[in-house]
Amino acid sequence: MILPAGWITPLSGLVFGILFGFVLQRGGLGNGCRLSAQLRLKDWTVFNVMFTAIIVAAGGLYILQFAGLVSWSELYVPTTYLWATLLGGALVGAGMGVGGYCPGTSVVGAAAGRIDGIVFFIGLVLGVVVFAGMFPGLQPLLNAAAGPQAQTLGDLLHIPNGLVLVLLIAGAVLVGWLSRRAPTSKSISCAD
Amino acid sequence: MMKTRPIWNAHVAGVALGLVLLGTFLATGHGLGASGTPTAIAAAASQAVAPTATASNGYLGPMVSGGAHPMDAWIVWEVLGMGIGALIAAWWAGRIRWRIEGPTNLKTAGRIGFALLGGVLSGFGARVSAGCTSGLGLSGGAVLATAGFVFLIGFFLFGMVTGFFTRRFWQ
Repeated sequence: MILPAGWITPLSGLVFGILFGFVLQRGGLGNGCRLSAQLRLKDWTVFNVMFTAIIVAAGGLYILQFAGLVSWSELYVPTTYLWATLLGGALVGAGMGVGGYCPGTSVVGAAAGRIDGIVFFIGLVLGVVVFAGMFPGLQPLLNAAAGPQAQTLGDLLHIPNGLVLVLLIAGAVLVGWLSRRAPTSKSISCAD
Repeated sequence: MMKTRPIWNAHVAGVALGLVLLGTFLATGHGLGASGTPTAIAAAASQAVAPTATASNGYLGPMVSGGAHPMDAWIVWEVLGMGIGALIAAWWAGRIRWRIEGPTNLKTAGRIGFALLGGVLSGFGARVSAGCTSGLGLSGGAVLATAGFVFLIGFFLFGMVTGFFTRRFWQ
Protein backbone atom coordinates (compact mmCIF):
# COMPACT_ATOMS: atom_id res chain seq x y z
CA MET A 1 0.00 0.00 0.00
CA ILE A 2 1.24 3.47 -0.89
CA LEU A 3 0.46 6.28 1.50
CA PRO A 4 -1.04 8.88 1.98
CA ALA A 5 -4.32 7.02 2.33
CA GLY A 6 -6.51 9.92 1.26
CA TRP A 7 -8.60 9.69 4.43
CA ILE A 8 -9.92 13.26 4.36
CA THR A 9 -13.26 13.15 6.14
CA PRO A 10 -14.86 15.01 9.07
CA LEU A 11 -13.98 11.99 11.24
CA SER A 12 -10.29 12.10 10.34
CA GLY A 13 -10.31 15.83 11.08
CA LEU A 14 -11.81 15.21 14.51
CA VAL A 15 -9.45 12.30 15.30
CA PHE A 16 -6.22 14.11 14.38
CA GLY A 17 -7.53 17.36 15.86
CA ILE A 18 -8.24 15.67 19.20
CA LEU A 19 -4.73 14.16 19.27
CA PHE A 20 -3.20 17.52 18.25
CA GLY A 21 -5.09 19.46 20.95
CA PHE A 22 -4.34 16.82 23.58
CA VAL A 23 -0.59 16.84 22.91
CA LEU A 24 -0.35 20.65 22.75
CA GLN A 25 -2.20 20.97 26.06
CA ARG A 26 -0.07 18.34 27.82
CA GLY A 27 3.07 19.90 26.35
CA GLY A 28 2.13 23.18 28.02
CA LEU A 29 1.59 25.03 24.74
CA GLY A 30 -1.87 26.35 25.66
CA ASN A 31 -0.24 28.80 28.03
CA GLY A 32 0.33 32.35 26.74
CA CYS A 33 2.79 33.06 29.53
CA ARG A 34 5.05 30.21 28.41
CA LEU A 35 4.58 30.88 24.67
CA SER A 36 5.49 34.56 24.93
CA ALA A 37 8.39 33.71 27.28
CA GLN A 38 10.01 31.83 24.37
CA LEU A 39 10.13 35.11 22.46
CA ARG A 40 11.98 36.70 25.40
CA LEU A 41 14.25 33.61 25.50
CA LYS A 42 13.13 32.85 29.07
CA ASP A 43 11.57 29.48 28.22
CA TRP A 44 12.59 27.05 25.49
CA THR A 45 9.51 24.81 25.46
CA VAL A 46 8.12 26.13 22.15
CA PHE A 47 11.38 25.73 20.27
CA ASN A 48 12.15 22.27 21.66
CA VAL A 49 8.62 20.91 21.10
CA MET A 50 8.32 22.33 17.58
CA PHE A 51 11.72 21.27 16.31
CA THR A 52 11.53 17.83 17.85
CA ALA A 53 8.10 17.39 16.20
CA ILE A 54 9.36 18.60 12.81
CA ILE A 55 12.34 16.23 12.96
CA VAL A 56 10.22 13.23 14.02
CA ALA A 57 7.59 13.85 11.32
CA ALA A 58 10.12 14.71 8.60
CA GLY A 59 12.34 11.77 9.56
CA GLY A 60 9.35 9.41 9.53
CA LEU A 61 8.18 10.62 6.12
CA TYR A 62 11.72 10.42 4.75
CA ILE A 63 12.28 6.84 5.95
CA LEU A 64 8.85 5.68 4.75
CA GLN A 65 9.50 7.27 1.38
CA PHE A 66 12.86 5.51 1.23
CA ALA A 67 11.09 2.23 1.99
CA GLY A 68 8.67 2.91 -0.85
CA LEU A 69 5.66 3.27 1.43
CA VAL A 70 5.06 6.99 0.94
CA SER A 71 4.72 8.87 -2.30
CA TRP A 72 6.32 12.25 -1.55
CA SER A 73 4.73 13.86 -4.63
CA GLU A 74 1.29 13.29 -3.09
CA LEU A 75 2.17 15.19 0.09
CA TYR A 76 1.15 18.83 0.31
CA VAL A 77 4.27 21.00 0.23
CA PRO A 78 3.48 24.74 0.49
CA THR A 79 5.07 27.18 -1.96
CA THR A 80 7.12 30.18 -0.80
CA TYR A 81 5.99 33.69 -1.65
CA LEU A 82 9.06 35.26 -0.12
CA TRP A 83 7.67 38.60 1.14
CA ALA A 84 4.21 37.33 2.05
CA THR A 85 5.54 34.23 3.83
CA LEU A 86 8.11 36.28 5.75
CA LEU A 87 5.74 39.18 6.58
CA GLY A 88 2.92 36.82 7.59
CA GLY A 89 5.31 34.94 9.86
CA ALA A 90 6.48 38.23 11.38
CA LEU A 91 2.90 39.31 12.09
CA VAL A 92 1.98 35.94 13.64
CA GLY A 93 5.13 36.32 15.79
CA ALA A 94 4.06 39.87 16.74
CA GLY A 95 0.62 38.52 17.65
CA MET A 96 2.27 36.07 20.03
CA GLY A 97 4.46 38.79 21.56
CA VAL A 98 1.40 40.97 22.17
CA GLY A 99 -1.38 38.47 22.87
CA GLY A 100 0.55 35.37 23.96
CA TYR A 101 -0.78 32.85 21.42
CA CYS A 102 -0.81 31.79 17.80
CA PRO A 103 -4.02 30.62 16.10
CA GLY A 104 -3.87 26.95 17.20
CA THR A 105 -2.58 27.55 20.72
CA SER A 106 -5.34 30.09 21.41
CA VAL A 107 -7.86 27.26 20.94
CA VAL A 108 -5.85 25.05 23.31
CA GLY A 109 -5.58 27.84 25.90
CA ALA A 110 -9.28 28.64 25.61
CA ALA A 111 -10.19 24.96 26.18
CA ALA A 112 -8.61 25.12 29.67
CA GLY A 113 -10.75 28.15 30.57
CA ARG A 114 -8.47 31.00 29.47
CA ILE A 115 -10.71 33.90 28.52
CA ASP A 116 -7.77 35.70 26.91
CA GLY A 117 -7.48 32.67 24.59
CA ILE A 118 -11.13 33.06 23.58
CA VAL A 119 -10.63 36.81 22.99
CA PHE A 120 -7.48 36.10 20.94
CA PHE A 121 -9.52 33.72 18.74
CA ILE A 122 -12.19 36.41 18.21
CA GLY A 123 -9.31 38.71 17.23
CA LEU A 124 -8.21 36.14 14.63
CA VAL A 125 -11.64 36.31 12.96
CA LEU A 126 -11.51 40.13 12.98
CA GLY A 127 -8.00 39.99 11.52
CA VAL A 128 -9.29 37.91 8.60
CA VAL A 129 -12.06 40.49 8.00
CA VAL A 130 -9.48 43.32 7.98
CA PHE A 131 -7.35 41.28 5.55
CA ALA A 132 -10.35 40.68 3.26
CA GLY A 133 -11.08 44.43 3.27
CA MET A 134 -7.51 45.22 2.23
CA PHE A 135 -7.17 42.27 -0.17
CA PRO A 136 -7.16 44.14 -3.52
CA GLY A 137 -4.36 46.46 -2.33
CA LEU A 138 -2.38 43.60 -0.83
CA GLN A 139 -2.49 41.31 -3.86
CA PRO A 140 0.74 42.50 -5.53
CA LEU A 141 2.60 41.88 -2.25
CA LEU A 142 0.99 38.46 -1.74
CA ASN A 143 2.10 37.18 -5.13
CA ALA A 144 5.55 38.82 -5.21
CA ALA A 145 8.79 36.79 -5.34
CA ALA A 146 7.06 33.43 -5.74
CA GLY A 147 9.43 30.49 -5.37
CA PRO A 148 9.23 27.26 -7.36
CA GLN A 149 6.09 25.19 -6.65
CA ALA A 150 6.38 22.96 -3.58
CA GLN A 151 10.08 23.66 -3.12
CA THR A 152 11.91 21.85 -0.31
CA LEU A 153 15.07 23.05 1.43
CA GLY A 154 16.93 20.31 -0.42
CA ASP A 155 15.78 21.75 -3.77
CA LEU A 156 16.74 25.26 -2.64
CA LEU A 157 20.21 24.34 -1.41
CA HIS A 158 20.86 21.64 -4.06
CA ILE A 159 21.54 19.03 -1.40
CA PRO A 160 19.67 15.79 -0.65
CA ASN A 161 16.75 16.10 1.78
CA GLY A 162 18.46 13.47 3.94
CA LEU A 163 21.30 15.93 4.51
CA VAL A 164 18.78 18.69 5.32
CA LEU A 165 17.37 16.36 7.97
CA VAL A 166 20.84 15.75 9.42
CA LEU A 167 21.48 19.53 9.53
CA LEU A 168 18.13 20.11 11.27
CA ILE A 169 18.91 17.45 13.87
CA ALA A 170 22.33 19.02 14.44
CA GLY A 171 20.72 22.46 14.85
CA ALA A 172 18.08 21.18 17.26
CA VAL A 173 20.66 19.31 19.34
CA LEU A 174 22.88 22.41 19.44
CA VAL A 175 20.06 24.73 20.55
CA GLY A 176 18.78 22.11 22.99
CA TRP A 177 22.28 21.87 24.48
CA LEU A 178 22.80 25.65 24.61
CA SER A 179 19.43 26.13 26.31
CA ARG A 180 19.83 23.14 28.65
CA ARG A 181 20.36 25.32 31.72
CA ALA A 182 17.27 27.39 31.01
CA PRO A 183 14.52 25.06 29.81
CA THR A 184 12.32 27.27 31.97
CA SER A 185 13.86 30.33 33.58
CA LYS A 186 13.16 30.84 37.26
CA SER A 187 12.21 34.43 36.47
CA ILE A 188 8.91 33.26 35.00
CA SER A 189 6.31 31.24 36.83
CA CYS A 190 3.82 29.98 34.29
CA ALA A 191 1.12 28.05 36.08
CA ASP A 192 0.83 25.09 33.71
CA MET B 1 -9.27 19.36 44.86
CA MET B 2 -8.33 17.55 41.72
CA LYS B 3 -4.78 16.35 41.30
CA THR B 4 -2.87 18.55 38.88
CA ARG B 5 -0.35 16.89 36.61
CA PRO B 6 2.85 18.63 35.50
CA ILE B 7 3.31 19.24 31.77
CA TRP B 8 5.29 16.78 29.69
CA ASN B 9 9.00 17.21 29.10
CA ALA B 10 9.41 19.29 25.92
CA HIS B 11 11.19 16.52 23.99
CA VAL B 12 8.56 13.95 24.99
CA ALA B 13 5.82 16.36 23.87
CA GLY B 14 7.79 17.01 20.67
CA VAL B 15 8.02 13.30 19.82
CA ALA B 16 4.28 12.86 20.54
CA LEU B 17 3.44 15.89 18.40
CA GLY B 18 5.72 14.64 15.62
CA LEU B 19 3.98 11.26 15.61
CA VAL B 20 0.53 12.91 15.44
CA LEU B 21 1.77 15.10 12.58
CA LEU B 22 3.28 12.08 10.80
CA GLY B 23 0.00 10.17 11.23
CA THR B 24 -1.93 13.10 9.77
CA PHE B 25 0.33 13.20 6.70
CA LEU B 26 0.07 9.43 6.17
CA ALA B 27 -3.72 9.53 6.43
CA THR B 28 -4.55 12.75 4.58
CA GLY B 29 -1.49 13.84 2.57
CA HIS B 30 -1.41 17.19 4.36
CA GLY B 31 -0.49 18.31 7.84
CA LEU B 32 -2.24 20.02 10.74
CA GLY B 33 -3.44 23.60 10.68
CA ALA B 34 -5.49 26.12 12.59
CA SER B 35 -5.92 29.52 10.92
CA GLY B 36 -8.22 28.09 8.22
CA THR B 37 -10.99 27.89 10.81
CA PRO B 38 -11.13 31.56 11.83
CA THR B 39 -10.99 32.26 8.09
CA ALA B 40 -14.03 30.01 7.52
CA ILE B 41 -15.84 31.64 10.45
CA ALA B 42 -15.07 35.12 9.06
CA ALA B 43 -16.43 34.10 5.63
CA ALA B 44 -19.59 32.53 7.12
CA ALA B 45 -20.23 35.49 9.46
CA SER B 46 -19.58 38.00 6.71
CA GLN B 47 -21.96 36.06 4.44
CA ALA B 48 -24.67 36.15 7.11
CA VAL B 49 -24.28 39.87 7.88
CA ALA B 50 -23.47 41.33 4.45
CA PRO B 51 -24.04 38.78 1.66
CA THR B 52 -23.65 41.25 -1.22
CA ALA B 53 -20.39 42.72 0.06
CA THR B 54 -19.07 39.22 0.82
CA ALA B 55 -19.86 37.92 -2.67
CA SER B 56 -18.05 40.86 -4.27
CA ASN B 57 -14.99 40.62 -1.99
CA GLY B 58 -11.95 39.28 -3.79
CA TYR B 59 -10.86 37.10 -0.87
CA LEU B 60 -14.09 35.94 0.80
CA GLY B 61 -16.21 35.87 -2.37
CA PRO B 62 -14.75 32.66 -3.86
CA MET B 63 -15.34 30.89 -0.50
CA VAL B 64 -19.11 31.51 -0.64
CA SER B 65 -19.73 31.51 -4.40
CA GLY B 66 -22.20 29.02 -5.87
CA GLY B 67 -23.78 28.37 -2.47
CA ALA B 68 -20.54 26.96 -1.01
CA HIS B 69 -20.42 26.66 2.78
CA PRO B 70 -17.06 27.85 4.09
CA MET B 71 -17.59 25.96 7.37
CA ASP B 72 -17.92 22.67 5.48
CA ALA B 73 -14.17 22.06 5.57
CA TRP B 74 -11.73 19.50 7.00
CA ILE B 75 -9.88 22.22 8.96
CA VAL B 76 -13.08 23.18 10.83
CA TRP B 77 -13.48 19.59 12.06
CA GLU B 78 -9.79 19.46 12.93
CA VAL B 79 -9.92 22.65 15.03
CA LEU B 80 -13.13 21.45 16.71
CA GLY B 81 -11.21 18.27 17.55
CA MET B 82 -8.33 20.40 18.90
CA GLY B 83 -10.70 22.07 21.33
CA ILE B 84 -12.09 18.68 22.44
CA GLY B 85 -8.64 17.11 22.77
CA ALA B 86 -7.30 20.09 24.73
CA LEU B 87 -10.37 19.99 26.97
CA ILE B 88 -9.87 16.28 27.70
CA ALA B 89 -6.16 16.86 28.41
CA ALA B 90 -6.81 19.86 30.65
CA TRP B 91 -9.50 17.95 32.54
CA TRP B 92 -7.27 14.91 32.94
CA ALA B 93 -4.46 17.13 34.23
CA GLY B 94 -6.79 19.03 36.57
CA ARG B 95 -6.11 22.32 34.80
CA ILE B 96 -9.56 23.59 33.88
CA ARG B 97 -10.31 26.93 35.51
CA TRP B 98 -11.86 30.15 34.22
CA ARG B 99 -9.21 32.86 34.26
CA ILE B 100 -7.86 35.79 32.33
CA GLU B 101 -4.13 35.36 31.83
CA GLY B 102 -2.24 37.40 29.24
CA PRO B 103 0.32 40.05 30.21
CA THR B 104 0.37 39.75 34.01
CA ASN B 105 1.47 43.33 34.67
CA LEU B 106 -1.73 44.67 33.11
CA LYS B 107 -5.19 44.86 34.63
CA THR B 108 -8.12 42.93 33.18
CA ALA B 109 -9.05 45.48 30.49
CA GLY B 110 -5.44 45.69 29.32
CA ARG B 111 -5.08 41.92 29.15
CA ILE B 112 -8.26 41.62 27.09
CA GLY B 113 -7.12 44.47 24.84
CA PHE B 114 -3.72 42.86 24.26
CA ALA B 115 -5.36 39.49 23.54
CA LEU B 116 -7.68 41.09 20.98
CA LEU B 117 -4.89 43.10 19.31
CA GLY B 118 -2.62 40.04 19.26
CA GLY B 119 -5.40 38.01 17.67
CA VAL B 120 -6.02 40.63 14.97
CA LEU B 121 -2.29 40.79 14.12
CA SER B 122 -2.08 37.00 14.04
CA GLY B 123 -5.30 36.49 12.05
CA PHE B 124 -4.23 39.13 9.51
CA GLY B 125 -0.68 37.77 9.35
CA ALA B 126 -1.77 34.16 8.85
CA ARG B 127 -3.78 35.26 5.78
CA VAL B 128 -0.79 37.17 4.37
CA SER B 129 1.35 34.03 4.62
CA ALA B 130 -1.58 31.65 3.86
CA GLY B 131 -0.84 29.62 6.99
CA CYS B 132 0.13 29.90 10.64
CA THR B 133 2.61 28.32 13.03
CA SER B 134 0.78 24.98 12.65
CA GLY B 135 -0.09 24.95 8.97
CA LEU B 136 3.11 26.48 7.61
CA GLY B 137 5.70 26.27 10.40
CA LEU B 138 5.02 22.79 11.73
CA SER B 139 3.42 21.09 8.71
CA GLY B 140 5.62 22.86 6.15
CA GLY B 141 8.64 21.98 8.27
CA ALA B 142 7.63 18.30 8.31
CA VAL B 143 7.90 18.10 4.50
CA LEU B 144 11.08 20.24 4.61
CA ALA B 145 9.30 23.01 2.63
CA THR B 146 11.29 26.19 2.13
CA ALA B 147 8.06 28.10 2.89
CA GLY B 148 7.82 26.53 6.35
CA PHE B 149 11.31 27.65 7.34
CA VAL B 150 10.94 31.13 5.79
CA PHE B 151 7.77 31.50 7.88
CA LEU B 152 9.53 30.30 11.05
CA ILE B 153 12.42 32.74 10.51
CA GLY B 154 9.96 35.66 10.25
CA PHE B 155 7.97 34.30 13.18
CA PHE B 156 10.87 33.88 15.62
CA LEU B 157 12.87 36.97 14.60
CA PHE B 158 10.02 39.49 14.60
CA GLY B 159 8.40 37.66 17.53
CA MET B 160 11.58 38.27 19.54
CA VAL B 161 11.59 41.97 18.53
CA THR B 162 7.96 42.26 19.68
CA GLY B 163 8.75 40.22 22.79
CA PHE B 164 11.51 42.71 23.64
CA PHE B 165 9.18 45.70 23.36
CA THR B 166 6.35 44.03 25.30
CA ARG B 167 8.55 42.51 28.02
CA ARG B 168 7.52 44.94 30.75
CA PHE B 169 3.86 43.93 30.33
CA TRP B 170 4.64 40.23 30.83
CA GLN B 171 6.28 39.00 34.00
